[in-house]
Amino acid sequence: MKNNLKTQVLIIGGGATGTGIARDLTLRGVKCILVEKKDINAGASGANHGLLHSGARYVSNDPESAKECRDENRLLKQLAPDCIEETGGLFVAVEGDDEKFVADFQSYCDKADLPCCPMDIAEAKEAEPALSDKTIAAFAVEDASVDPFKLVLENITDAQKLGCKFLRHSKVVKFNKTGNTIESVDLLNKTTGKELSIEADIVVNATGAWAGQVAALAGADIDLIYSKGTLLITHSRVSQRVINRLRPPGDADILVPGGTVSILGTTSLRMDSLNKIRPTVAEVDRIVDEGATMMPGLESTRYIRAYSGVRPLLGGGGKGDDRSVTRGFDLVDHAKDNIENFITITGGKLTTYRLMAEKTADLVCNRIGVSAPCQTRNIPLISAHETRWAVPGFSPKNWFKSHDKNDLLLCECEMVPQSAIEEIVDYFDIFDQQVDLKGIGKRSRIGKGSCQGNFCSLRITSFLYDRVLLSANQGASEIHSFINERWKGQRCLLWGAPVVQAELQEAMHCGFFGLELQPNSSTSS
Amino acid sequence: MTNIKTNHAQLTIIGTGMAGMAAACFATQNRINTIQIGVNSGIIYSSGFLDLMGIHPIDTQLTWNNPWQAIDQLIADSPNHPYARLRKPEIETAMKQFIDFMEAAERPYMFNKNQNTEVITPVGTVKQTYAVPRSMWAGTVALKERHSCLIVDFVGLKAFSAKQIADMLMPRWPKIRPLRLTFPAVGASADLYPEQMARALEVEANRIKLADAIRPHLVDAKSLGLPAILGMYNPHQVRTHLEELLGVDIFEIPTIPPSVPGIRLKEALEEFLAAKGVRLLLQKRVLFAKQQKNGKFILSIGNHGSDKAEQMIETDSVILAGGRFLGMGLYAGRKKIQEPLFNLPVFQPQDRAQWHQADFFAPRGHQISQAGLEIDDSFRPTDAAGKPIYKNLFAAGSILAHQDWMRQKCGAGLAIATAYGAVKAFKKLTAS
Repeated sequence: MKNNLKTQVLIIGGGATGTGIARDLTLRGVKCILVEKKDINAGASGANHGLLHSGARYVSNDPESAKECRDENRLLKQLAPDCIEETGGLFVAVEGDDEKFVADFQSYCDKADLPCCPMDIAEAKEAEPALSDKTIAAFAVEDASVDPFKLVLENITDAQKLGCKFLRHSKVVKFNKTGNTIESVDLLNKTTGKELSIEADIVVNATGAWAGQVAALAGADIDLIYSKGTLLITHSRVSQRVINRLRPPGDADILVPGGTVSILGTTSLRMDSLNKIRPTVAEVDRIVDEGATMMPGLESTRYIRAYSGVRPLLGGGGKGDDRSVTRGFDLVDHAKDNIENFITITGGKLTTYRLMAEKTADLVCNRIGVSAPCQTRNIPLISAHETRWAVPGFSPKNWFKSHDKNDLLLCECEMVPQSAIEEIVDYFDIFDQQVDLKGIGKRSRIGKGSCQGNFCSLRITSFLYDRVLLSANQGASEIHSFINERWKGQRCLLWGAPVVQAELQEAMHCGFFGLELQPNSSTSS
Repeated sequence: MTNIKTNHAQLTIIGTGMAGMAAACFATQNRINTIQIGVNSGIIYSSGFLDLMGIHPIDTQLTWNNPWQAIDQLIADSPNHPYARLRKPEIETAMKQFIDFMEAAERPYMFNKNQNTEVITPVGTVKQTYAVPRSMWAGTVALKERHSCLIVDFVGLKAFSAKQIADMLMPRWPKIRPLRLTFPAVGASADLYPEQMARALEVEANRIKLADAIRPHLVDAKSLGLPAILGMYNPHQVRTHLEELLGVDIFEIPTIPPSVPGIRLKEALEEFLAAKGVRLLLQKRVLFAKQQKNGKFILSIGNHGSDKAEQMIETDSVILAGGRFLGMGLYAGRKKIQEPLFNLPVFQPQDRAQWHQADFFAPRGHQISQAGLEIDDSFRPTDAAGKPIYKNLFAAGSILAHQDWMRQKCGAGLAIATAYGAVKAFKKLTAS
């Protein structure tokens, strides 16, 4: 039977923007439902550097974006300190880089009113020993790193506590219109096959790179360029600060530290479609080789994961490098397409997600006659108890400090106990009673250690059967889809020690268990 | 360097996985003066099952009931597969002799000569294999007869859920029932490890307590399945005692690796080989290898994790059975795959982009699995022209190219048969 729900605002898309809008609106007292076809951060929000831009990256080609970044950077450092590590940043040039660009950099920053402080090379080398001996210039800027998973989890958890409903695995299949108004939106749960219809006063399309597809479904038009970026995570942290290559934006020119790792990227590759957004071996090799010119140690360091995201860039059919396309955002009122209650927000970047949410919520409130002002500039984003398992390092600290003697470690690499899994499963919206390993993975550190899910997938699956959260042959497809999700990030990095790990994984999951022979009923990709 | 001792051997086997161990067994049977060297035997990752041949071709996932027919078809379709270097009676002899060695080592196997057997895995899937440890045989019978059966698991033993196994098997086996118990001999930690449980069950009093806990739940069960924890050294005695106490057939289901059946197999083989006079250098590795002018090889041997040579071996011949990446027989760098000891040519895909499929579980497997050493009919690694590189260097097991033991379900058979082939070729060489 088809379920029906009713709300004031239906938000489509569980990335930074969508969850940011959910929090903004619920803080204003507006009733919302957020629907997401996969799970939080499934698109670019979960596949970026985790860089809180100072704005300096954009001073030369997009000064407006630079200023937005500068302001949001300062605001978020105040409002969401638990999600941010104030690393500071450096812009460095090496021999062979464009010296004119180096010479002009300071004045670009001054024009955008961005703090930028030239550094002595020796001083820079001492602060960041991994820098190349061929470094010829260094400037300090106010970059920081932000944990996009924690940020988004905090936003959605806060919104949920304020009454917002969050539905995972729910894909929009149809907009039901009467005249120029969307009456309801039909959704399909991709894992359970259940259908659902939601009536809303207004619908917000915050689906990032998918905004064009969703808008088209509603009969509206959004023109986007898809720019694929690939990034690599190092096994251990390479630098203290964000390190940017001081040159016009190019491949592998940013290294962002976060906790115990660093993230190196990115590439920019124009894509015609959103299918098969996966890293390739060629991209990985290019990133490693390029990154090593800035920091030679990147050639021999161990990498643990590669991933790709799609930047939704505005404006159709530009020529040249996609990085020259504006990184600003676009808020579209589809009244222009003769749909009265439909809004699209896309483009932009993680650093400006809050501003994008604020502007969207302002427009929504204006349309539905709500006068409450935006609160996200004033009310800090406090770490919720529920999100703590997603934080790197929390699990082991917690385990060593105290644990129930009957608790068991189900993920031994990252020390995630049974009690954490139990807690996370409790937070899942029980609307569809769907428990999935990938969902647990988004909310904890499982699968992120050196075994990459080989062992913990088995231990957690057994545990979920014991708790009657899995039944029949669901376990086989859960292991299947969790292992494949981790595999996506490993496949291009399999040399040295990781190839050994992959061989053991195949010997167990295929050689021993024969899981490749199981019919895979999992439909989520 | 002068105080380093040099040992002499007719044959040195490098590797202590299944292929290395099988080669050593065949060598002792032929009274060959043998040294065997290896680090961290891969056998501890074994389930205990001996696969011979289960699936061919892998892309269509065709499953065979008769492994010998499967081998015939495989050899016809893939003349480069290592099995194709042997005649079928040789593979049969190799398997039979290895199973006889295991019988002598008090780790008996059960099998149907011309038929694969279905076994239960810890994730509740059913897998085809050839020979099954005696301790697991009643499970294959129960699975076939689908009679009333109780599966027991224990609080604290991770990745082994009776409920999961029963749920997975229920559609084909409605009379399977799960039960969770507290293990009668737990230590201070909530975590239970199979090895520790297996040792505890060597104690008679613990078996009686376990039987008492299970008895009220048997009801009409004709057989009882337990995780593979029924004794470390005396599995036969532990199991038969429990069978006497409970009056039902009892079988083990392997746990995830490293499992007790894997450790039992490794220890039994080590003991058996040591008793037969094989000089086992465990936790040692070959630092470098060089051929001398007289044709013999000189190997320098060091401790695992150290680059310091402790002893030298002068050996007439070498069998390379170091496995693939886990076994360190091969090394995969960012640009290519190498054989690190003799720098032998490695058959491999053209570049890294072709090593692995986008789908981990893709039926056709990963191309990297086909990489390895190419050999002649005498199991000697060859160059591009197909000529052996050394006349007295042989290779066996998963280090060989043109096979995918994980997908074809032929791991043990491949190890045992090619070890047999390599030892036979060595014998032929020394006889000539």
